[in-house]
Amino acid sequence: MSGNNLTPKERMQIQRQHMPEQDPLARNKNFEQVNLGLAEEIAIMEAKRCLQCKNPLCVTGCPVGVNIPEFIKLIAEGRLLEAAQKLKEKNSLPAVCGRVCPQEEQCEKPCILGKKGKPVGIGNLERFAADFEIAMGVAKIPPLPKSTGKRVAIVGSGPSGLTAAGELAKLGHSVTIFEALHKSGGVLIYGIPEFRLPKKILNVEVDYVRKLGVEIVNNYVVGKTETLDGLLSSGYHAAFIGTGAGLPYFMNIPGENLNGVYSANEYLTRVNLMKAYLFPEYDTPIFKGRNVAVVGGGNTAMDAVRTSKRLGAAHSYIIYRRSQAEMPARIEEVKHAEEEGIEFRLLTNPIRVVGDEKGWVNGIECLKMELGEPDASGRRKPVPVKGSEFIIDVDIVIIAIGNGANPLIPMTTKGIDTNRYGNITADPKSQATSKPGVFAGGDIVRGGATVILAMGDGKVAAQSINEYLK
Amino acid sequence: MFEVIEKKVLSPQVSLLKFKAPQIAKTRKAGQFIIFQIDETGERIPLTIADSDPDEGTVTLICQGVGKSTLKFNSLEKGESIMSLVGPLGKPSHIEKFGTTVCVGGGLGIAVVYPLAKALKEAGNRVLSIMGFRSKELMFMEDELKKISDELYITTDDGSYVRQGLVTDVLKELIEKGEKIDSVFAVGPVPMMRAVCELTRNHKINTVVSLNPVMVDGTGMCGACRVTIGGATKFVCVDGPEFDGHQIDFAELAKRQNFYRTEEKISLDKYNEHKKCWESEAKVK
Repeated sequence: MSGNNLTPKERMQIQRQHMPEQDPLARNKNFEQVNLGLAEEIAIMEAKRCLQCKNPLCVTGCPVGVNIPEFIKLIAEGRLLEAAQKLKEKNSLPAVCGRVCPQEEQCEKPCILGKKGKPVGIGNLERFAADFEIAMGVAKIPPLPKSTGKRVAIVGSGPSGLTAAGELAKLGHSVTIFEALHKSGGVLIYGIPEFRLPKKILNVEVDYVRKLGVEIVNNYVVGKTETLDGLLSSGYHAAFIGTGAGLPYFMNIPGENLNGVYSANEYLTRVNLMKAYLFPEYDTPIFKGRNVAVVGGGNTAMDAVRTSKRLGAAHSYIIYRRSQAEMPARIEEVKHAEEEGIEFRLLTNPIRVVGDEKGWVNGIECLKMELGEPDASGRRKPVPVKGSEFIIDVDIVIIAIGNGANPLIPMTTKGIDTNRYGNITADPKSQATSKPGVFAGGDIVRGGATVILAMGDGKVAAQSINEYLK
Repeated sequence: MFEVIEKKVLSPQVSLLKFKAPQIAKTRKAGQFIIFQIDETGERIPLTIADSDPDEGTVTLICQGVGKSTLKFNSLEKGESIMSLVGPLGKPSHIEKFGTTVCVGGGLGIAVVYPLAKALKEAGNRVLSIMGFRSKELMFMEDELKKISDELYITTDDGSYVRQGLVTDVLKELIEKGEKIDSVFAVGPVPMMRAVCELTRNHKINTVVSLNPVMVDGTGMCGACRVTIGGATKFVCVDGPEFDGHQIDFAELAKRQNFYRTEEKISLDKYNEHKKCWESEAKVK
């Protein structure tokens, strides 16, 4: 089977290639990557499965519009660096997206091969091509146009900010990202664990955005160090707000301020950004519990619970009030968690964190739930079972039930409209806010969403900003 | 990188460091804080800004060495730099002309009380200051505080300077002798702030305290610094650091401060051990 001379029938006979994984019982004790990546010949084999549809549906599922059949064709032909460049025409962070995108809900969902068998492993191939380029160390910087003389301020170096910045730089604008933390990447660096997205990989992609001419200023909290209005009056012609959700919800149940209760944001930030898993080599501590309960059923909950296991917990539980079918986490994440020995307590709702007299957690009291009629989200509403209270013995409770909107920017910026949840209102077609010249995207607009949707927003905003600056 | 351009040792435990940080100096107001991180392996520590000079582009920080990070911070010398300094964070102090205000500072709290007292004085208040230390050798900023206070009272736990006793003894006497106090600001260890608030609560005197709990990001993203105020959970980093002292659940706050006591000790022991090694190595050389 050479090159692209296969018939569709021959292509369809190739089975989807399996992503090799670290052994579950080894990996739940280390922070190395779970998915090991495809070998070259395996990736080429997988790429040959692609039917090269004339009207590729996969592309319609990609929020940043990657030319999927083209980059896969280049892999099939063994033109691996060109494949990476093809990806980067539309996506500045392919090694990130190849790891954290929910492809099964996006590009891979409409893939024609998925009708009868398994769709092409688009995400795995994306990761393969991006990693290949990183390994070769030859990332090509596209030719940049002449400077337009226009300056754009980007607030936040997460997925939406990095994407908007990269796109604007490629259009010739002078871009500065202002980042509150001492490291760049936003949720990609503080939220997503090393075992899903190694910092080394992330840093290469952040550096790529820098090489496009983007300046990143760390330790700079827009709204505090300087207001957005202050930036706009100091020579920036437009701005993009991509500050993320960043204000963790708690459950408002008794005992939530006991020692041993964390928001998922805090727990993950300590471990990922501050490297508390390497304490005392690194100074930031983390309390390592024997038994850990994580409340929630999303990807963040899975990240937190799998992290707790790696920190040595004997029992790590997911406590979720609905059933597995309603869980918002990716299927792959749930599967990985199960393999690693995470214990799921489904249809279970916490009503109280139990503590000792010194203020430390020693349990979590829960109610059994059953599913009733569908609610506004279309998911069956969990209803408490009377008299079913019981206590799970734990010494750490991590709350992973989502984030509200961080009020720093709306509070300190004139003329930015927000909705009743505090999220910034932006036109979905242009990402324009109510304030002229100011655009916004990602979780600060959407509430809790995904990396790739945030990147899609950044991309749309970059086009709108480009129009605005003309 | 942020460079130390001036250093003063104020007491065996407390040092003053002035950093070049023009952007922070430009926007900082009294009551706000920064978060520092010394180097790549360091932790993020919040400190109230003691003073700033926008013309010079500097911020002044006063730190008490208790754990590894604060000891290491205090060992920095002029010309050395730290990896990050972010701020100004938190809400500025609410300063207005109250009339007579009492500013109470205990230990390192003096460093926070000083800019407050200064701002209150500038706003036209009659400022009575009370500063308390464990003993005379730990005392600092007496002259600075004297300059801006209408009256200055000093207490030491062991009686080694001025009078033996607690800051609350002085406050109680002021109240009992009929001094009309319109507001109280208190900053210091949790038990001190709690005692001040209990005293003023009985006399219905508005009391503001500045809290300094454990933080990570300092922008509202993590919730490590949560505290119960009037029955509701607040984040000190974005809702504070100053709160109505009569609404604070001090018992919970005191317990939360012990969260990392074990880990803090491990870090400190390791630091001291290393320090011993460096010192003996230096001797050999």
